[in-house]
Amino acid sequence: MVPIVDIRNITVSYRENVALRDVSLSVEEGELVAIGGPNGAGKTTLLTAINGLGKLLSGLVRVFGVEVNHRNINQIRKAIGYVPQRLNIDPRMPISVREVVMIGRYGRIGLLRKANGKDRKVADDLIDSVGIAHLADRPIGHLSGGELQKVQIARALAQEPKILLLDEPTSNLDISAQRSIVELIEKIHRQRWLTTFVVMHELTHLPKSCGKMVLMKNAKIIFQGETLKALSENILSEIYDCPVELLKTDDGVVIRALTNVRNTTV
Amino acid sequence: MLEILQYKFMQHAILASIFGGVSCSLIGVFVVTMEIPFLGVTMAHAAFAGGIFGLLWGINPLIPAFIFCFLSSLLIGPIADKADFNPDTAIGIIFSIMMGVAFLGLAMIPGPKTEALSLIWGSILTISRADIILMAAISFVTILLLVLFFKEIQAVIFHREIAASVGIPERSIYYGLLFLSGAIVTTNLNTVGGLLIFSLLINPAAAAYQLTYNLKKMFILSGSFGVLSCFLGLFFSYIFNVPSGAIIIITSSVIFALALLLSPKRKVKQVGQVTEGD
Ligand SMILES: Nc1ncnc2c1ncn2[C@@H]1O[C@H](COP(=O)(O)OP(=O)(O)OP(=O)(O)O)[C@@H](O)[C@H]1O
Ligand SMILES: [Mg+2]
Repeated sequence: MVPIVDIRNITVSYRENVALRDVSLSVEEGELVAIGGPNGAGKTTLLTAINGLGKLLSGLVRVFGVEVNHRNINQIRKAIGYVPQRLNIDPRMPISVREVVMIGRYGRIGLLRKANGKDRKVADDLIDSVGIAHLADRPIGHLSGGELQKVQIARALAQEPKILLLDEPTSNLDISAQRSIVELIEKIHRQRWLTTFVVMHELTHLPKSCGKMVLMKNAKIIFQGETLKALSENILSEIYDCPVELLKTDDGVVIRALTNVRNTTV
Repeated sequence: MLEILQYKFMQHAILASIFGGVSCSLIGVFVVTMEIPFLGVTMAHAAFAGGIFGLLWGINPLIPAFIFCFLSSLLIGPIADKADFNPDTAIGIIFSIMMGVAFLGLAMIPGPKTEALSLIWGSILTISRADIILMAAISFVTILLLVLFFKEIQAVIFHREIAASVGIPERSIYYGLLFLSGAIVTTNLNTVGGLLIFSLLINPAAAAYQLTYNLKKMFILSGSFGVLSCFLGLFFSYIFNVPSGAIIIITSSVIFALALLLSPKRKVKQVGQVTEGD
């Protein structure tokens, strides 16, 4: 089977900082892939390599079996939902929450066409399912960090994408919202067989259906494989440069750094 | 009072103020929401520099003015994107280049430079029929583009990276709007002048920004404020016999001040009052 995302030996740098060094990764359709690793490891850069927002110095990325280039990128992006790590929005931005979710439809609708009833229904249903119906008419700049995060997830899903890229989707959420977003991600992954990449620090929130894990450090992928194998004290200690304790619970795992070697200078 | 309307120059001035007011204040919404206020002056200087070379070469100043604006608008976007600059920095670079070129050209013009300087001040009372047609055309094109590409423009104004990530041709839209700004500045330059253009780009849109959280309403308000400023400015300039440009700037500033005072964005809403999208 042709992998839905096939990254081959890519190098990405932001001028002097090399953010990805000769990285390869191949993912089959329908997989739910968790990406972990310390700050600055290159996780965000890896996601943006998939939807072409990041620029490759070398290597190639194939999505849906075709090599991504500047001519087909817009077409490919229509089928990739992306929730960035953070967004700074001007509080006076003259755009409402509902309109932002609708932006997710705009690529699909295409130039010179108007949104129709179905587009609006998809947007409204998603606004409901992420639990922001009461905010739908608010200006987008008037939301809390967590509320904005939910809007972004609804916006990305409004694309009805085949691939979903989530960059720390639970990082700003309260504990109940974290749980409901993780459950939403799982549900959508299950229902639509949606290939999902999710960057996460808190592995406690790892969706149960997450079969594959990618662990990164210093611009490289250190480990890729089954989640169960990744969740080992040895591997995690190496990734985070400090002793790590794994506590298995009924619900998942809790990972604790024991002595934080990296932060001793703070 | 009404007999003034019989004069051709006054009819032209009124039409020019409608078209100039509409086109500048509509594209001003893009300039204000994208936080690139100096785009206006920069384009005005590019057009000015081009105009001066037109005078030097003895051709219609509009043609090189258009070309200079076109080149500037083509450079600003890519410079900002490639060098990862704040767009305002890229605009500043182009501004200084155009300023230098304009002064160079100015120094090369022999004798009195009145014709060149009229590009800075403009003169709304000496507008030709051809000027009016051009201004009407650019206003019409602006409105047409805003209507046709409203959803893409909305997405780009919201967030360029998000617009790109959903598959909108974000660069084409953004660079296209930069160029449209340049074209609007060029067509209005010798009628309203480089100085006036800046305030017509910024003031009406900034006033509208204070009053609404809805982009469509912001465009409509801004366009109306632009026309109103020009209209009232022209009227007062006739009554008090003062230069129209100065009064138009003052009128648009007064509208902005009123909007600021009345802005719902500065009011603290009362408990229970729901924020609507207006
Ligand atoms: N815009 C930028 N300009 C320069 N360097 C950058 C930029 N963005 C990221 N980097 C660098 O690239 C490297 C990888 O960054 P990336 O954002 O991919 O890390 P990350 O794994 O997502 O980290 P985090 O957990 O903090 O989000 C880091 O060393 C970072 O300093
Ligand atoms: Mg990141």
